[in-house]
Amino acid sequence: MTLTTSDTIQELTVEQLRAKVGTGMEIVDAEEHMLLSMGPQHPSTHGVLRLLVELDGETVVNLAPDIGFLHTGVEKNMEAKTYTKALVMTDRLDYLSPWSNNLGYIMAVEKLLGVDVTPRAKALRVILSELSRISSHLVWLGTHALDLAAMSVFLYCFREREYLLDIYEMVGGQRMMVSYFRPGGLWRDVPEEFEPAVRQFLDFFPAKIADYDALLKNNPIWNQRTREVGVISAEDAVAWGMTGPSLRGSGVNWDVRKAQPYLNYADYEFDVPLETEGDVYARYRCRMREMHESLSIVRQALDKLPKGPVNIDDRKIVPPPRAELGRSMEAVIHHFKLWTEGFSAPEGFVYQCVESPRGEYGCYLRGDGGPKPARVHFRTPSYVHLASLPLIGRMGFVADLVAIIGSVDIVLGEIDR
Amino acid sequence: MDRHDLVVQKLRNALPEAIEEIYDFRGERTLFIKKDKIKAVCQFLRDDEALQYNFLSDICADDLLPEFPRFAVSYHLYSIANQHYLRLRVHVEDPDDGPETVVSVWPVATWLEMEVWDLMGVRCVGNNSLRRLFLPEDWQGHPLRKDYPLGYEEVQFSFNYEEIDAKKPYARD
Repeated sequence: MTLTTSDTIQELTVEQLRAKVGTGMEIVDAEEHMLLSMGPQHPSTHGVLRLLVELDGETVVNLAPDIGFLHTGVEKNMEAKTYTKALVMTDRLDYLSPWSNNLGYIMAVEKLLGVDVTPRAKALRVILSELSRISSHLVWLGTHALDLAAMSVFLYCFREREYLLDIYEMVGGQRMMVSYFRPGGLWRDVPEEFEPAVRQFLDFFPAKIADYDALLKNNPIWNQRTREVGVISAEDAVAWGMTGPSLRGSGVNWDVRKAQPYLNYADYEFDVPLETEGDVYARYRCRMREMHESLSIVRQALDKLPKGPVNIDDRKIVPPPRAELGRSMEAVIHHFKLWTEGFSAPEGFVYQCVESPRGEYGCYLRGDGGPKPARVHFRTPSYVHLASLPLIGRMGFVADLVAIIGSVDIVLGEIDR
Repeated sequence: MDRHDLVVQKLRNALPEAIEEIYDFRGERTLFIKKDKIKAVCQFLRDDEALQYNFLSDICADDLLPEFPRFAVSYHLYSIANQHYLRLRVHVEDPDDGPETVVSVWPVATWLEMEVWDLMGVRCVGNNSLRRLFLPEDWQGHPLRKDYPLGYEEVQFSFNYEEIDAKKPYARD
């Protein structure tokens, strides 16, 4: 097998770049060309993304994303692990919202097994997923503003995100790679300090959102850089598979939480923020309003948080509590079987999607009757959004490209997988 | 009438030969479609007034080794207007002669089919932009196939140190 090294990488010609743009996109012809390789070590590509750009003056005419720098074969690796152990790999996909990744995968496993979790587990899953939406949007806002030269927003956003990461650490023992949702429920119940900490966050955070808005909303530079930049129409957004705030910024009302309610989202009242302009500014407004809605969902879920167990009572799926291991032989057997062989799931295939901060995050899972998944596939929103980047980005300036990448909010971890 | 059944009825009327089999599992409906009919079916499902499956959510491929036909390609369709998911599935015998591309129906299929080819090696016929996406351009094989081993490192002992060292892929000059 030959390896790609620095001296085997060839410089591209215009024809080669155009061939990479893809059949779904028409090629724009220009008289004068300049080829530019943006990335993979470029601070505003949000990770190791390389963009092959054909320029006419300062205008982008054709554009082809080049990915794969972070490819770790997650889907292949998961086939070699039991259903429970494969969970840790999902944290590493979208590392800004590991809770949503865990949730999509775990719910697919539960669907395949045909089990339903307890009301308390559902409510806690909702709370943590919504907090993760806020913490992910904070990174988006901070880096997006930083790309457009608003330095201070970044610092404020990361300050508030730190508070949320502390809550994650309190709950799951980890700041980012939590793996807290398990098949059949949760790793363990949340500690006593969880509820006061979240309530405190609910109290102080709305004022912080107002602060971010005050820094950006009426800022003339921000408005000039984002309004009527990177416009995508509703038809194009649907045809190119956009989901989440990027789709709702173009006025299409589709949120998985509303349209295909999972967990107990149907019990909570919340709005789906919609904007119709379809530009960078509209996507910014959508996400800012989404943070308010997430806060409202968390508040409702905390108010009606049911008491009771967080795991289902099925020892073939959920390991026994530690206290039982000392006195029950059966518990020891269950524990041993679950951590060595794992549980077996029936034959069949399922698809489960959740609304991650970026859009529809789906998990296709096929079981072959054994303890390991026969095939796992992730439909990651960032990957699909990247496919539409050539469409949104062309005929704009290079500087606008930076604003557009920020506004569709891609995470390379889930693109390359 | 249930939306699951409405799809089948409409599709049987419009394209009588297309559906091979219907499979229900955990409340999800899967229609097994004849390989040469997939594009016509997608076009019909998207354009029909009552169905409006206007959103292609995902395309993914399975390796069913040792079964025959060996490969299966799944299309996850969604109707935003009717809030309904539907899965189409195509069996593929020869990976170089896969299902016809659906790029003309949903342009996003360009990239989804590229991934199917790169990692599973199933070529969607008519998509001219299939290229290595995740893997380097000179990569051999398609890693998600079942006969492609998950890489591992052979353990070096003092008695076979040099033998294994010689096989390791260092960047040597």
